[in-house]
Amino acid sequence: MDLAKHWRLKGARYRLEGQRNSATGEYRFPAQDAGQDPNWETVALSGRGEVWSFSVLRQVPSGFEEFAPYPVALIKLEEGPMLTAQLTDCSEEEISIGMPVEMVTRRLSDAGEDGLLVYGYKFRPVIE
Amino acid sequence: MNNVYIIGAAATPVAEHYNRTLVDLAREAFNKALNGIDPSRVGALYIGNALGGELAGQSNLGAAVASGLGLAGIEALRVEAAGASGGAALRQGYLAVASGAYDLVVVLGVEKVTDKLEEKVEASIALATDSDFEAANGVTLTSQWAMLMRRYLHEYGYEADALAPFPVNAHANGANNKGALYRFAINADKYRKAPMIASPLNMLDCSTAADGAAAVVLAAPHIASELGGARIRIAGSALASDSLALHARRDPLHFAAAQRSTAAALAQAELSLSDIDVLELTDPHGIAAAIALESCGFVERGQAARHAADGGISPTGSTPLATGGGYKARGDLLGASGVYQAVELVRQLQGEAGASQVADAKVAFAQCIGGVGTTAVTHIFVKEA
Repeated sequence: MDLAKHWRLKGARYRLEGQRNSATGEYRFPAQDAGQDPNWETVALSGRGEVWSFSVLRQVPSGFEEFAPYPVALIKLEEGPMLTAQLTDCSEEEISIGMPVEMVTRRLSDAGEDGLLVYGYKFRPVIE
Repeated sequence: MNNVYIIGAAATPVAEHYNRTLVDLAREAFNKALNGIDPSRVGALYIGNALGGELAGQSNLGAAVASGLGLAGIEALRVEAAGASGGAALRQGYLAVASGAYDLVVVLGVEKVTDKLEEKVEASIALATDSDFEAANGVTLTSQWAMLMRRYLHEYGYEADALAPFPVNAHANGANNKGALYRFAINADKYRKAPMIASPLNMLDCSTAADGAAAVVLAAPHIASELGGARIRIAGSALASDSLALHARRDPLHFAAAQRSTAAALAQAELSLSDIDVLELTDPHGIAAAIALESCGFVERGQAARHAADGGISPTGSTPLATGGGYKARGDLLGASGVYQAVELVRQLQGEAGASQVADAKVAFAQCIGGVGTTAVTHIFVKEA
């Protein structure tokens, strides 16, 4: 695990920081280089959206063994952009396409050889 | 640009080659493809490989393989484009001969996977995703294909087993290929009962990564005439890219890179899709073949599953696919796959494909994809009399 790499991503990981274009109202996540367009402003996204699709992994990559099996999803945020995240606090049977979800902050992966705890966004079903 | 011919093609069997190194595998494919041509005539070596550093513990593969083949001194380098590495290497070899820089080169695809445990292999393959915003969240390529599959079934109203005809066809053909990893047939009933890997993808809809090497010899027209043998012209060659992250695309069920490289390769070849007699696609899962067939334009959006169920992808169908077993039954060679595709299509164009032979095949289409639609390389091969 690379300390500086995770530190650089703290805005996106902890606050779901993306960008809003003040001229067009368009949102994007993650933030990109604004280039020649001065209208892209950094904003924290609401963290609300719905499941566009999902899968439950049983064959998992190294670093994620302790979570297996776990669900991942493509989530369409209410501001428009889509992102990829794990779902949490729900069983496979509860998940469906279109399900409303909200962001929570959780530990993302095993501590690894250097013991670094990496936190970031996951999504859970909206609690009514 | 000069015409470029494939004058030799060969591959090792796909297997868990525990007793052989990456260079051992490369040597077998190289020698078989040269088939008696003096190795000193090889001007350059292009090596398609996705994960040599991560899985074989060896990078700098140009020098590693060239010296292992006794060719130290020649131009040799690795070409990496994840799962599209083999196709990308083929394109580099093609450009080298088409430009006149060399009149004979070898394109080698090689991957050594099975020295590592499954979790390490999954994590290494996932490096082809956006590492900060996809892999960091525990996503693998298999799970991304699974999410596309679920959405595909949802949008077009298919049942859960609608994509079974793809692996069933792949296994039926793989049973006829002596070099395939899996040489047995499966059926839709077994498919329905298979355990999940990444839902809704089950074990019989997921390829197995394995070891192997494939090689093709490319030559300028005068060398092809001098040496005789196969005479397969590379009529079209194109590579296109798309956004790295799947979630960044406005229409994830359409692969713009596949469409773009197909259009460019066909335009160069002055051919249309209806001219294609046989094809190879990146088909580790049924959904991958379905999206490619639709994105390239072989069938309408949402129709690929129906097309496959109607026999459209069998050796007697309108788009014969995976005649050597595809990624599912031949085995998934990762960065070597694009060269294995070329070897299979040469076999078809030479009329040497046995029970999976497509009758009178003259024009072949190879497309390999890296990541989930991120890089697409398309080649058109034409058999000349």
